[in-house]
Amino acid sequence: MKLAAQVIDLQKHYDLGPVVVKALRGVSIDFPEGDFVAIMGSSGSGKSTLLNLLGGLDRPTLGKYILGGLDVSQMSDTQLSNVRNQRIGFIFQSYNLITQYTVLENIELPLHYRPGHPSVSAADRKRCEEMAIRVGLGQRMDHRPFQLSGGQQQRVAIARAMMNEPEIILADEATGNLDSVTSTEIMTLLRNLNDEGRTIIMVTHEPDIAMWAKRQIVMRDGVVFKEIKNEVRTTAPTAFAESSDKAFVEHELGNKPAGEGKH
Amino acid sequence: MLMRMIRTVQLGLKSLLLHKLRSGLTMLGIVFGVFSVIAMLAIGEGASNQAQKQIVALGATNIIVRSIKPIEGSTQDASSGGSTRYGLLRSDLRRLQNTIPEVVSAVPIRELLREARHLKYTMQSRLVGCTPEYQDLNQLKIHKGRFLSDADRQTRANVVVLAHEVAKKLFPVEDPLDNQTIQVGDVFYSVIGVTEPRTASAAIGGSLSAQEFDKDLYIPIETFRSRIGDIVSTPKQAGMDTEHVELNQITLEVRDVKDVIRTAEVVRGTLEKFHPAKDFNVVVPLELLKQAEQLRQIFNVVLGSIAAISLVVGGIGIMNIMLATVTERTREIGIRRALGARRRDIIEQFLTETVVLSGSGGVLGIALGLATPLAFTLIRDFTLRFVLDGGDLSDTSKMFQEMQPVVAIWSLPLAFGISVGIGILFGLYPAQAAAKLDPIEALRHE
Ligand SMILES: Nc1ncnc2c1ncn2[C@@H]1O[C@H](COP(=O)(O)OP(=O)(O)OP(=O)(O)O)[C@@H](O)[C@H]1O
Ligand SMILES: [Mg+2]
Repeated sequence: MKLAAQVIDLQKHYDLGPVVVKALRGVSIDFPEGDFVAIMGSSGSGKSTLLNLLGGLDRPTLGKYILGGLDVSQMSDTQLSNVRNQRIGFIFQSYNLITQYTVLENIELPLHYRPGHPSVSAADRKRCEEMAIRVGLGQRMDHRPFQLSGGQQQRVAIARAMMNEPEIILADEATGNLDSVTSTEIMTLLRNLNDEGRTIIMVTHEPDIAMWAKRQIVMRDGVVFKEIKNEVRTTAPTAFAESSDKAFVEHELGNKPAGEGKH
Repeated sequence: MLMRMIRTVQLGLKSLLLHKLRSGLTMLGIVFGVFSVIAMLAIGEGASNQAQKQIVALGATNIIVRSIKPIEGSTQDASSGGSTRYGLLRSDLRRLQNTIPEVVSAVPIRELLREARHLKYTMQSRLVGCTPEYQDLNQLKIHKGRFLSDADRQTRANVVVLAHEVAKKLFPVEDPLDNQTIQVGDVFYSVIGVTEPRTASAAIGGSLSAQEFDKDLYIPIETFRSRIGDIVSTPKQAGMDTEHVELNQITLEVRDVKDVIRTAEVVRGTLEKFHPAKDFNVVVPLELLKQAEQLRQIFNVVLGSIAAISLVVGGIGIMNIMLATVTERTREIGIRRALGARRRDIIEQFLTETVVLSGSGGVLGIALGLATPLAFTLIRDFTLRFVLDGGDLSDTSKMFQEMQPVVAIWSLPLAFGISVGIGILFGLYPAQAAAKLDPIEALRHE
C-alpha cells in the first residue's frame, strides 16, 4: 500500500538552556493513503509537536519525515511553505480565521500563496463558493467570523483546508471547543472527506471523537505507547442518536452553550 | 505580476482603512515632512527667482561704477568754497574707455532727484542725463515715440523721454507726444518718447538703493551739463548743501561674460590710483548673481535639512506603529504562514502596508504643497492689508510684495519618491520582524 506519510525515528528537542526538553523521543509511524488516525495521549505527551512536524510547520531535530515520497525533514523554509500550501490542510482547535475577512475571503486565502503565485481567477472564486456551499455555509459567504458560531467557523476552516486539495488533513483538537452535536457535524464532514480518499490525522482528547477514526495511536512521554484498531467506528447516524441525548443534557445543565465555543 | 502588485496594494489599503484614525495620525509626520519639502522649495525658488530677475536686469556683462559721497566733512574741498566735490570724473570715463580693451562701451550717467511739472501735475522723479546706449544697457523698451539720439547729444537739445509712470502722472488725459513740454526746475523740455514699464533692478549700493526705472526722466547728458552743470545746491536745514559731481555712474559693458570678473578688478585698480578717497564703488551684477545662487543653495540645504528631520521623525512614527501592528497581528501572520505564505510574502505584505501608508502621506503632503503659492499670497495680502495697514513699505518689503512662490515640478516626484523611500526604509525592520516569527509560536499567540 502506498504511504501518504511516513515518520522514521522522529525526534524533537527543545533546547531551553539549562535543560533540553525532548518532546519527541523517536517516533516511527506509517500513514497509508486514505488513513484516518486519532492521536491520543495525556497532556504533554507530544501530540501537538508531532502534528506540527507532520504539517511542515517545524523541522525535526533528528529522524526522517517522508511526505508523498519527498524527504521533508531538511527542506528550506520556502520549500516547507510550498509543502504546507499544496500538500497539507490544517484545522485548529481555535479555528484560526482572519477576523477582518469574510467567509469567502478566508476560504480563498490559501490560493494566494500557491507556488508561482498565479492570480486568483474567476474559476477559483467559483470553487471557493462551491466549497462554502459544500460545508453548509452557502447563506453565509459574506459574513465575518465574529458573526458565526464556533461550528460554523470550523466549517470555514475545513473549507479553507480543502481549497488546494491536500493529500493530508491535520486536525489538532478540531472539536475541542464544540459541543457534542456540533462535534458530530464536524466529524461527519471529516469522515466524508476520508471516504473520498483523503488521509486524516487528528489529535484529540475525547475517546468518542477518536472512535470516528480507523485507528488510534496513543502517545506517552514522546513515544508511541500503543496502537488500537477501531473495530466498530462511529458513523453519523449512530453519533447523532447518541449526541442528541447528550446535547439535551448539556443544555439542561447549561454546561456549554450549544453551537458556541470560544477558546 | 502587475495584478499581484495591485492586489497587495489593495490588501495594504484595506488593513490601513481598518484603523483609520491610527493610520491618519501616523501619516501626519510624512504629510508635514513632504509638505515642508515642497513649500520651502517653492518659497526658496520664488525668492531667488525674484532676486535673479532683479540682478539680470542689471545685465550680466555689465560693470557698474558709481560715485559715492564720502562721509560728511571728511573730504571738504577747500578750493570749491564749502561744496563737497566727489565721485567719478569725465576723465575717468575716457580713461576706462581707452585703456581697457575688454570694455565695449562705457555709458556715463548724471542723475538728480527733481520735481517734474506739467500744468498742475507734478511728480518727484529722477532726472537722468545719459546717452542713447543707456536704453539697450538697461533693456528699456519704447512704448511711444523714440529714445534719445546722438543728434540730441550734439545739439544739446532740450528733449526728454518719460518713464511710463511719469507719463501717466503728468499726462493723465493728453497724449504726452502731442507737442508737449514738461518743466524741471526752470527749464522746459519737449517730450519725445515714453518707455514701457520695467521691473526694478536689485539694489546695487552706492547712493541709490533699488533702481526703479518707472520714475525716470531721460535727457541727453550734454543737455544736463549745460542746463544744470556739475555743481548742484539743495536747501538743507542749515543753509545750502552744495555738491560738485561730474558723473554719478559709469556703466561699462564687457565683450564676454567670462571676462567680467577680471575686468572689474582692472577697473577698480585703474580708478583707485586717481581716487584715493575711494569715492566710488564697483558693482558686478554677475557677482551678485553668483552670490544669489550660492545663497539659494545654502537656503535649500537648510530647508532641506529641516524637511529631512520631519521626514525622519515621520518615518520613526511609522516604524513604531508597524512594530505595534506586527505584534498585534502575530496570530494572523501565523495563520498565513500555516497556509503556505513564505517569509518573502510576509515581508511583502507588511512592506506594502508601510509604503501605502507613507505614500498616501506623501500624496496628501503634495496636495498641501501645491496649495502653498495660493496660501502664501492670501496670507501676504492679509498681512499687508490689515497688519501693516497698507502703509508705506520699504524696498525690502516691496520685494516681499512682489515675490511669488513657485512650486518646482521636479519637487513633486522627488517628494513622492522620498515618502515611498521612507516607507521602505522604516518598514523593512518591522516587516522582517514579522517574517522571522516562528509559525508555531505565532499561531499560539493570543
Ligand atoms: N516551543 C517549545 N519550547 C519548549 N518546550 C516545548 C515547546 N513546545 C512544546 N514543548 C514541550 O514539549 C512537550 C510536548 O508538548 P506538546 O504540545 O506536543 O504536548 P501535547 O501532547 O500536545 O499536549 P496537550 O494535550 O496539552 O496539547 C511538553 O512538555 C511541552 O512543554
Ligand atoms: Mg496539544
